[in-house]
Amino acid sequence: MLELRNISKRFPGFYLDRISLMVQEGEYFMLLGDSGAGKSLLLEIIAGLTYPDSGTIIMNGADITGRKIQDRSIGLVFQDYAIFPHMSIFDNIAYPLHGSGLSTVERKTRVTSLAEKMGIVHLLHRRPGTLSGGELQRAALARTLAQEPKILLLDEPLSSLDPRLRTGLRSLLRQIHREGQTIIHVTHDYEEALALSDTVAIINNGKIIQNGPPAEVFRHPKSEFVAHFTGIRNFFRVSLVTDHGALFAKVNENLRFRILHENLTGTGHILFRGEEVILSNEELHSSITNTFKGTVREIVNSQSGPEVVIDIGVDISARITPESRSNLGLTEESAIFAGLKASSILYIPD
Amino acid sequence: MNNITRQPLQLAFTLLGGLILLFILAPLVGMFFATSPSDLFTTVKEKEVTDSIWLTLWVSMAGTLFFAIAAIPLSYLLARKQFPLKKVVTGIIDLPVVIPHSAAGIAILGFVSRDSVVGKMGQAIGLNFVGHSAGIAVAMAFVSIPFLINAARDGFSGVPVRLEKAALSLGASPARVFFTVSLPLAWRNIVSGLILMFARGMSEFGAVIVVAYHPMITPVLIYERFGAFGLKYARPVSVLFILVSLTLFIILRLLAKEREERNQE
Repeated sequence: MLELRNISKRFPGFYLDRISLMVQEGEYFMLLGDSGAGKSLLLEIIAGLTYPDSGTIIMNGADITGRKIQDRSIGLVFQDYAIFPHMSIFDNIAYPLHGSGLSTVERKTRVTSLAEKMGIVHLLHRRPGTLSGGELQRAALARTLAQEPKILLLDEPLSSLDPRLRTGLRSLLRQIHREGQTIIHVTHDYEEALALSDTVAIINNGKIIQNGPPAEVFRHPKSEFVAHFTGIRNFFRVSLVTDHGALFAKVNENLRFRILHENLTGTGHILFRGEEVILSNEELHSSITNTFKGTVREIVNSQSGPEVVIDIGVDISARITPESRSNLGLTEESAIFAGLKASSILYIPD
Repeated sequence: MNNITRQPLQLAFTLLGGLILLFILAPLVGMFFATSPSDLFTTVKEKEVTDSIWLTLWVSMAGTLFFAIAAIPLSYLLARKQFPLKKVVTGIIDLPVVIPHSAAGIAILGFVSRDSVVGKMGQAIGLNFVGHSAGIAVAMAFVSIPFLINAARDGFSGVPVRLEKAALSLGASPARVFFTVSLPLAWRNIVSGLILMFARGMSEFGAVIVVAYHPMITPVLIYERFGAFGLKYARPVSVLFILVSLTLFIILRLLAKEREERNQE
């Protein structure tokens, strides 16, 4: 569908270095990186706002590297929304429909149905100046979708929204994706990548360091940067169950974690940091609600201390100090208890 | 401590500022008081006067609108594009403000006279610039066009490039982006520029008198009455012209403001 081949672009003090990637039709592709990593610039190059110094962009078999913005049929939702301040929300959404051959009635129907989908139909005749960030975001999304883009580009769409609005927009994006829309989404938040994407590419200093399915990339980071950036090795696909009023995230029939969350049913991911896992040679009797008996699979030394991989039915990773390692007398294949507070576990619903 | 040191300074600045205001207002107010209502009333009824005011207004308005067609796109280029010698171009645009206007009039006369290329072209379509309202419009526009170009350029500079790029990415042609995004968003400054150009053109004397003594615009009429009959006869026309101009500008400003408020609802 979309292929970037060796895209390079040099700015003073910044260099996008031979970026190659492939996005399939209907895929939700996430570009994950710190601010200043070059991810927004890459989106601008795909959209045609900026031209690369070298490299090729292929879309559906055609070279579109030098094609003008308006002829690309690639929709971009800007981070600051770029809603036209002098037009009503209706006129904003109808903007790309000019010259589409639609009659006034058809145009109105199309705008209204998009606005309904985004939940902003009551705002259609308002001016952008009176709207909140979340509302503008939805209006910008509706406007971009009105042109029926082949690829939808999203620049940090969730970053400026409060957590409640974020959940709503996430499910909206998921719905748009389910309807077959190819999406390239730029973010610095690995939670977004985990919750939404089919494929994630990690970008740092203008280079793509690793890409693949998010679980694969996060669990098996190929470089120190990716490991540090995502920071989390422990995440598992779960379904929620309640037992005697307590909420559990079930990994499989034999393994479940006690967690805290407002949802009581559903599926998603849980994640926790290796630093939160407490290791002990004896079973812990404390406020820690999750205690598992396991076997040490592997001990990896890294700059930030030993990382201990323990099999508790699934592999979890714990970070400890070198002193703790020797105090516990940890070796590979030794038996160990691992403890984890329910409040240390983050649940990300689908 | 700060307050004590500041107060005398503030007082001194207020006094100096007051003197400047007085400097602007005193001659005008003096002129108004020196003109009796009956003189003013007689002047209003003089056909020569009303014709000349009408001529001044419409010629300046026509010149402003005609030259705006090319000045606004030029402002857009200056705001958006980088090109060689851009600073030189900006300097050229400000030239009419700094050169003496009678000298500007001489230059324009040479440019549009019957022997010049432009003059000949005009004659071919039956248009004679010298001693004609078309010549007056050219002279007025020459000295006042920098006001429009600079105001419109500031307006276009204030339009976020991202909005234009967003419009392009929504499939709009560059022309549509200009007319639906850039122009409406810069409109406030452009209207300001148009009003300034119109006002400056209307009050022009030096350049116009060289190009066309007749038909007589009001500034020339005031000068002629002063030269032929003295201060007393020049005053009522001056007062009337100022009143008409002020009323017109207040109306134009109000219209522009109303339009803007309507847009913001």
